[in-house]
Amino acid sequence: MTLIKQIENEDLKEKINFECETGNYHTFCPISCVAWLYQKIEDSFFLVIGTKTCGYFLQNALGVMIFAEPRYAMAELEEGDISAQLSDYEELKRLCLQVKRDRNPTVIFWIGTCTTEIIKMDLEGIAPKLEVEIDLPIVVARANGLDYAFTQGEDTVLAALAQRPNQEKSKKSLSIINAENTDDNSFVKHLPLILFGSIPDPVVNQLTLELKKQGIRVSGWLPSKRYTELPLIYEGNYVCGVNPYLSRTATTLMRRRKCKLIGAPFPIGPDGTRAWLEKICSVFEIQPKGLKEREEEIWGKLKYYMSLINGKSVFFMGDNLLEISLARFLIRSGMVVFEIGIPYMDKRYQGAELQLLQKTCKEKNVPIPIIVEKPDNFNQVDRIRDMKPDLVITGMAHANPLEARGINTKWSVEFTFAQIHGFTNAIEVLELVTRPLRRNQKLEKISSERYTDRR
Amino acid sequence: MLKLFFKLLSYHMKLAYWMYAGPAHIGTLRIASSFKNVHAIMHAPLGDDYFNVMRSMLERKRDFTAVTASVVDRHVLARGSQEKVVNNISRKDKEEKPDLVVLTPTCTSSILQEDLQNFVNRASIETQADVLLADVNHYRVNEMQAADRTLEQIVQFYIKKASKNKQLDTSKTPEPSVNIIGSFNLAFHNQHDIAELKRLMSDLNIKINSIIPEGASVQDLKNLPKAWFNIVPYREIGLLTAEYLKDEFNMPFIDTTPMGVVETANCIRKIQYILNDNGADVNFEKYIDIQTRFVSQSAWFSRSIDCQNLTGKKAIVFGDSTHAAAMTKILTREMGINVVWAGTYCKYDKSWFEKEVGDLCDEIVITDDHNLIGDLIAKVEPAVIFGTQMERHVAKRLNIPCGVISAPVHIQNFPLSYRPFLGYEGANQIADLIYNSFTLGMEDHLLEIFGGHDTKEILSAGLSVDSEELKIKWNLESQAELTKIPGFIRGKIKRNTEKFAQEQKMDLITLEVMYAAKEAAS
Repeated sequence: MTLIKQIENEDLKEKINFECETGNYHTFCPISCVAWLYQKIEDSFFLVIGTKTCGYFLQNALGVMIFAEPRYAMAELEEGDISAQLSDYEELKRLCLQVKRDRNPTVIFWIGTCTTEIIKMDLEGIAPKLEVEIDLPIVVARANGLDYAFTQGEDTVLAALAQRPNQEKSKKSLSIINAENTDDNSFVKHLPLILFGSIPDPVVNQLTLELKKQGIRVSGWLPSKRYTELPLIYEGNYVCGVNPYLSRTATTLMRRRKCKLIGAPFPIGPDGTRAWLEKICSVFEIQPKGLKEREEEIWGKLKYYMSLINGKSVFFMGDNLLEISLARFLIRSGMVVFEIGIPYMDKRYQGAELQLLQKTCKEKNVPIPIIVEKPDNFNQVDRIRDMKPDLVITGMAHANPLEARGINTKWSVEFTFAQIHGFTNAIEVLELVTRPLRRNQKLEKISSERYTDRR
Repeated sequence: MLKLFFKLLSYHMKLAYWMYAGPAHIGTLRIASSFKNVHAIMHAPLGDDYFNVMRSMLERKRDFTAVTASVVDRHVLARGSQEKVVNNISRKDKEEKPDLVVLTPTCTSSILQEDLQNFVNRASIETQADVLLADVNHYRVNEMQAADRTLEQIVQFYIKKASKNKQLDTSKTPEPSVNIIGSFNLAFHNQHDIAELKRLMSDLNIKINSIIPEGASVQDLKNLPKAWFNIVPYREIGLLTAEYLKDEFNMPFIDTTPMGVVETANCIRKIQYILNDNGADVNFEKYIDIQTRFVSQSAWFSRSIDCQNLTGKKAIVFGDSTHAAAMTKILTREMGINVVWAGTYCKYDKSWFEKEVGDLCDEIVITDDHNLIGDLIAKVEPAVIFGTQMERHVAKRLNIPCGVISAPVHIQNFPLSYRPFLGYEGANQIADLIYNSFTLGMEDHLLEIFGGHDTKEILSAGLSVDSEELKIKWNLESQAELTKIPGFIRGKIKRNTEKFAQEQKMDLITLEVMYAAKEAAS
């Protein structure tokens, strides 16, 4: 296994304080990843094999989307399925044929849930046989709440995609940008680079163009816009992640596809984006051009927002694994972070990000926040009461009750759905972070004491 | 002809996009968290505590929802929960000092088949709180049935406890009094309905003995038998409790939903009968008459000539059994509207529903398949739909007006203003809802006949920069990118980008130019 520039884990341990609590925290079920993945992969259909509980969650959590004829559905298990009175194979075949007939997708994703784990439904065993029979690829991902939190659902899906063998494809199906790239002489010669992580198409284009400015060609993205456009991945290719929750995908690309992982901070915030680009440049031995100026230019545009949050404190309760990168960016923007709650901390995959956090704290001369893995929400609310942070980044279960106690909150889920990557979108992050502060400034005239109960 | 009934094709995997009723544990949690100082602990994997989000968001609750999870993870799967559930119960006992902890099974724990009752027994030895295991099976009952059962279970538990401790006082209050069984969180316009019922009882000089479960303390449940009678406004949740109290204490109950002027009068007459049967001497006829003729506007409204236009118009009704039945009665009997079909997703309540509305509509539909409902709506092409949020969306697609009359609910079904569906004020609200749905439909129709609003061109003139005039071209990628931007802001982005390009003296808009324009604008 090749990890570019191994990070010194031992060194980190001494400086950052990692804790682990009970794991009693609120987060979204990882099956929620179908919400953004079905939109990202345009020719896909996602079949979540689970119970009414899963269906109820999707229906309520995804709100309006459910009425837009989404390309996902529940294969709802009934008592007969649980007690093995029925053949899983036949049942899934019937449903998949129905999906094929009604929606004609290019690929069906099976999302395994807690129930399929407990009853040990052999999805990985059934899929290869069934895909031959119905003549449609079936990708199996186990995105269940027994093992994973929220965004880790995407990780299980991308890891499953990364395991699919390369497909022969027609030149026609390559995306516009790639087509353009082939005739362009402005690229440096380097080994193929594949980026992984699902981000909206405009952000894909933005990051691809940022790399192009450095002469780096992106050979493909995992996932691509269409299943049929999945990148060809070969031994020795370089891969780099854009999201902090993709450790299984990274591991799969390294171990199964023998790719070389570029361990970089994530392109969130102008500091993260620059560090990400510089790291990729350094691997290809390219002298980065104009990045310092570009970063400064973006910071210049953030001045107004930074003036609002300068010196203010923030507390991350933790639920989507973006926490380290966001905290690092907010510290650079002048905030003080009290606590970084996070569902799961892969110190290896996030190594470079942790180092950048450390460096940022040192340069801004603020203490390194404590990182609490598998947090306990009850204890956290206790700590929030003691610390009285200026802002709590939290899930929707706690947001209104905290606001009612005079604590500003920002729902964390928005960071997952907003465009936050790259130079261009740095402003979106601060837009989100400052929204409660801006709102409350406007409401100042009705003293918050009037309608909150500061207990 | 429409098929009359759609049989339950149970016992095999179902392809589902949407469901009308939630899973069983939601029902249990709704009851537990409606009571004051009751904590529910779900035996569930990470992420199943979505209930807390719904309560906090839809009802905009200021308090933390008293629901936590005893998390089922890989370790639990391998070795069983062991001490975990017991420890979680005693921890909550110490932290929150609840009166009652309700251990709530989920679909996951249903399959794991751990002996949760054993955990409850062990935990209750050391807790100050009472501990109960909700007696619900995920695969047998839905949200409403589970809620109905859990409410009965808790009431029964505290009645028995009081009886055992010789604290049960079954003597009736001196003045006529009532228990209202039917106030819950996350229910359709419930808070307003309960306020309206309280007003009605106060008009009739009936004291409220207790309202359960919302805001009630479990310690007060022992006082339930002191009321003269019970009223259950919604048949989905509360009937089991009322039946239990009838069996145990011979307490009469009324399950006539006072929705619409006719049914409200029926409900009041039943109250009158019960009170007189128990030695009071009351006559509510005059009250009914005055309310119907003068206080409520809906009876006069349906006589007014405006409502003549609604005569014979085609409507369809779908929802839970309470609201769908009441709405069908109002449309047919009070407004002369033709209900082509009425239906409910409460399949277990089929025979009651048929009995109530069999004569009031052409067909009855019992199903929980929203696709089927969508198809049936499309076939009938009614002038108006009264249904749930799902039908509202079907209606939008088909361009048919729709009034929402039943759960499943969205945040807009938790209005801040006073919007009861029950009682005389409820009748006014419903009349408005019906009338507004129709006029909107009519207006729309007339606009179409006369060629629609003709102001569109005038309004949008001068808003856009003419790119032809500017000689600015968009290349293929930037054009493709532009089409991906949602329609409502696409024009603005286009104008801003062109303006930017013009300022920068560029004549070709590429992706780079688009992003640069975005950055410049922010």
